[in-house]
Amino acid sequence: MKDGDHKDDQPETGKGETHPTPHLDQLEDGPWPSFVTGIKRLRDEGTPSNQKIMNDLLGQLDHSYENKMGYWKGGTVSVFGYGGGIIPRFSEVADKFPESKEFHTLRIMPPPGFHYTTDLLRDMADIWEEHGSGLIAFHGQSGDIMFQGCTTEKTQVAFDALNKIGFDLGGAGPALRTAMSCVGQARCEQSCFDEQRAHRGIINKLLDEMHRPSLPYKFKFKFSGCANDCVNAIHRADFAVIGTWRDDIKINQEKVKEHVAEKGRKYTIDTVVSMCPTRAISLNDDDTMDIDNKSCVRCMHCINVMTKALSPGDDKGVSIMIGGKRSLKVGDLMGIMVKPFMKLETDEDFEALEEFAEEMVEFFADNALEHERVGETIDRIGLPAFLDAMGIDADPNMVNHPRTSSYVRTDDFDEEAEKWFERKAREAGLQISAE
Amino acid sequence: MSEAAVKPRTPDEVGVPDAKQYMHPAMLENYGNWDYHDRPRVGVLRHVSKSGQVLFTVRAGTQRQMDVFTIRKLADIGDECADGHIRFTTRSNIEYMVTDEAKVAPLIEKLEAEGFPVGGTGASISMISHTQGWLHCDIPGTDASGVVKGMMDMLHKEFVREHMPNRLRITTSCCQINCGGQGDIAINVQYTKPPKINHDLVANVCERPAVVARCPVAAIRPAMVNGKPSLEVDEKKCVCCGACYPPCPPMQINGEDSTKIAIWVGGKHSNARSKPTFHKLAVANLPNNAPHWPEVKEVVGRIVAAYKADAKHWERMGEWIERIGWNRFFEMTELAFTKHHLDTWTGARKSMNMSAHVHF
Repeated sequence: MKDGDHKDDQPETGKGETHPTPHLDQLEDGPWPSFVTGIKRLRDEGTPSNQKIMNDLLGQLDHSYENKMGYWKGGTVSVFGYGGGIIPRFSEVADKFPESKEFHTLRIMPPPGFHYTTDLLRDMADIWEEHGSGLIAFHGQSGDIMFQGCTTEKTQVAFDALNKIGFDLGGAGPALRTAMSCVGQARCEQSCFDEQRAHRGIINKLLDEMHRPSLPYKFKFKFSGCANDCVNAIHRADFAVIGTWRDDIKINQEKVKEHVAEKGRKYTIDTVVSMCPTRAISLNDDDTMDIDNKSCVRCMHCINVMTKALSPGDDKGVSIMIGGKRSLKVGDLMGIMVKPFMKLETDEDFEALEEFAEEMVEFFADNALEHERVGETIDRIGLPAFLDAMGIDADPNMVNHPRTSSYVRTDDFDEEAEKWFERKAREAGLQISAE
Repeated sequence: MSEAAVKPRTPDEVGVPDAKQYMHPAMLENYGNWDYHDRPRVGVLRHVSKSGQVLFTVRAGTQRQMDVFTIRKLADIGDECADGHIRFTTRSNIEYMVTDEAKVAPLIEKLEAEGFPVGGTGASISMISHTQGWLHCDIPGTDASGVVKGMMDMLHKEFVREHMPNRLRITTSCCQINCGGQGDIAINVQYTKPPKINHDLVANVCERPAVVARCPVAAIRPAMVNGKPSLEVDEKKCVCCGACYPPCPPMQINGEDSTKIAIWVGGKHSNARSKPTFHKLAVANLPNNAPHWPEVKEVVGRIVAAYKADAKHWERMGEWIERIGWNRFFEMTELAFTKHHLDTWTGARKSMNMSAHVHF
């Protein structure tokens, strides 16, 4: 970052001494934008309050580099009406760096898809310059805007100012957490549902679980419009909503021919036909394409490569995967497919999704142990018990393959099989004799 | 102080705001009605809607932790050279949307002149997804923004062009909780020593049963030490994960001898082609020489170079390794395969080769 012509590290008369930052100074050259240069500018040109905070913050950060240790501790800080959403940080080296001794973060929920106007960015910058340190992260791994560096005293007024421009606190602690959505229908032709509507509908319905933490542990939702999963929902969310479709991939054969003509036949075979995970694609002798849609798993690869020739079908909806999380404490988990398809178009469809989300959080609240994520709960009780509790029928799409262990009691196998055949008949639109 | 002054303001629990009030008008008009996209050049996406609307997106890297001057500069660029609407990607890149193609080149020129590299699209190395580190985290083993800045300086040339086999996603995490997430390459703190316990503080600071319960290998038990109630760790069982440290800061996991860096490869979020995967250990015990991480950079550079030279177009890191085999991966990257690469955790057996398939 080229940053004007101010000189760094020149103590100014009449002000506190500028801390030397020999380690951080090494992070200012190079082609990537430097957060150090930005923080130094706050120290040198910010408001008097920003200057003081950031001088000591830089001092503490360089002290961390020197000793290879972190010096922040948590605590309890909240705003009126909320039990979470603030990440308190108190310095353990406040005697050396007193002006940044309280450096709390306000987690603020961004608009789904991370859309902003330039005016909104400026409003946020003005608020944080006045009430905080002047440092904002767009965005944290949690999906929040992180307004970093606030004293305990200023936390309430800073939140009030952000709240007045239409923004609300996100989640922290054992609670519903801030959700994330991909850009989706706002710009992407591959999107299979209205991510923003699903995102707002679910989170705003369950908002109390975010603002008054009372769950066994955290619970996260993420919304990706297709299986490319641009917000990493399967790995990172307890409840991943992934767009998909049931009917055939749409093929524009003229565009297929154009693609082959432009890229070459060998390239098309190597990068599209051969890379289909279920061998569902063949390129015909006339450079048109056949897709065996019954074998297609909606992985998105061919559509990614041939954006003009191929696109998702019309019968769109979502798959839902439950139980993704990071390492603590049993190791990383990915979500398990529990709803292979929910149609998501009408008001009723969205209500059904919101109800399902609510039931899932209720199940989590009632059944998870303290500090247990829902994926761990499922592992502990087994998927069949989880499905029973949620009223979901077992489905082959939930597994890579059926069980390989014979250690299971199967004396009600016939009744279970009967339910399967009845379900299949119902799906096919047939009359069930008992109904 | 008057009563009105001390009465707290009742919050307006608005929840998630409606993005449509901030969205570019062309996005709003064509919401759910896009037809296809292509990339006229690196860092630029061109989306075409079914109504014929064309929308250009210019993507640029940011430092994520932004001071208000940088934010205002980005906003000014959005007003001067774009349409006043921006968004951020999952990896903290900024995107400017414009409907007029003539605005694209000046916008790129302005962003680059102001020090924001334009790129991060297609088969490039995008911004590293990272954590808070020493800047703000309460349990970090290393920094995040600083080491990422150094790493992105090295990888910048692959951000501003699309010369990789497919996209390459890098993450860093400053402890083993792995908040940075899964990546084609993940650079994570890996502790090598059990926690060092300050027995004078445990009873006052830690809720001992909760700490005992937090250990994934049941290595922690209550104990009286020097006449004080404390905790002790069975160091033979301890896997040095650091899970006890957040609920019990006197169980210090960090230290020069303990805080090392491990590099993992082959994580993938997308379902395209292969199913999503977790990253796998490539090398551990690299020194935590922040901010420059020279030893880490050297290994990352080798892995990136091997992948770039050998993977087929569209193969992600993990898919490439699956094709060539781990034998060749370790050969090509000149890394050691050790007993520590053999998983010992729950489900480890599923990671073993139970076939006669062997790579030579």
